[in-house]
Amino acid sequence: MNNTVSSKARWRVLWLALILWLLGSTASVVAAGSESEFKSAYATAEAAEKEAGRLRNQWTVTEAALTKAKKAAEKNDFDSAIEFSMEAERLAKASIFQATSEKEAWKNLEIR
Amino acid sequence: MAALAAILAAFASLTLWSAQPAGAADRPDPVAEAAAFRNYFVKKFPEVKLEEFVNGPYALNGDMRRQWQEIDQFSPYEFSLEKGKELFATPFANGKTYADCFPNRGVGIRQNYPYFDASEGKVVTLELALNRCRVANGERPLSHVGDAMAALTAHMAFTSRGKPFDIKIPDDPRALEAFENGKRYFYTRRGQLNFSCATCHVQYPGEHMRAEVLAPALGILNAMPIYRSEWGGMGTISRRFTTCNSQIRSLPLEPQSEEYRDLEYYLSYLSNGLPISGPGARP
Repeated sequence: MNNTVSSKARWRVLWLALILWLLGSTASVVAAGSESEFKSAYATAEAAEKEAGRLRNQWTVTEAALTKAKKAAEKNDFDSAIEFSMEAERLAKASIFQATSEKEAWKNLEIR
Repeated sequence: MAALAAILAAFASLTLWSAQPAGAADRPDPVAEAAAFRNYFVKKFPEVKLEEFVNGPYALNGDMRRQWQEIDQFSPYEFSLEKGKELFATPFANGKTYADCFPNRGVGIRQNYPYFDASEGKVVTLELALNRCRVANGERPLSHVGDAMAALTAHMAFTSRGKPFDIKIPDDPRALEAFENGKRYFYTRRGQLNFSCATCHVQYPGEHMRAEVLAPALGILNAMPIYRSEWGGMGTISRRFTTCNSQIRSLPLEPQSEEYRDLEYYLSYLSNGLPISGPGARP
């Protein structure tokens, strides 16, 4: 009887170990994916910011978000790094939109 | 019959007007633009004398003006002014001084800057001219936003106090283009806050932006450089432009970039006739 219980318990422990191992390996796969996701997100944000620079209309907040993304990535905090990269991309795109629309819109403010 | 002729004549003139090339109506006319600009501020602040606009927020706010007059008994820019006078007179390593680079040896000429240099086709500001003088004499250029440059321009402005701004736009399409570029920069919204220079200095002068009372654009450069309590020291026009940009969360351009130089040209021209009051002091 004791032997049977101990055998069942052993199987439970083994299953649990297997589940934990699977979870662990999945998590590491996610982490590895995060780093590549970060690199891709950062590159996209950087490209958008470069375009804003070409239009002579970069924003301080975009630069700050890019810096935060890089710092988070250096600490292997890729979730935050991706989030900051995406924020930088949104801000850069907004500055591009502003520069483009202002090419004509500035005239509305002019004193005549 | 006469009435019909009049109608036909009116129609013909309208047709002729509309047949003008599109660019003709948009052709820049700096003289008319300066008049309209001045008129806007005179109408907005009918109680302010024209020459008072050079005093910025102090022209618009009585309380601030009284405080400033009291503070000005012991002007906060005095030390910088002294330093500027000394720097201006100190010979370079080759024995020459700044005076050798400027007309009238640099005395009483601030009101003529910036000017359009036809040989290079660009606007030359006083800060730029000072650094070019240094480089031509084998010295390293100064920071355009630093204390030494502020002190030098303060000294030069002081020797021009009371002289009216006299900025020329020569008959050169490149000069007109620089004026137009300056205007575009002035009215273009930028930064995350979506502000243009005009938002603060045309739409809302006299209003509070946190603790600050916004200065009118008319006469705004006549008081430069300025001592700012916020900075705890003197600041050049370059410093003012770059910090204005940062405040609206726009990444400042490099000091003395072409955009800033054109902006200075545009704003200075619009204040032609108003006296130089620099160096100034602001909260």
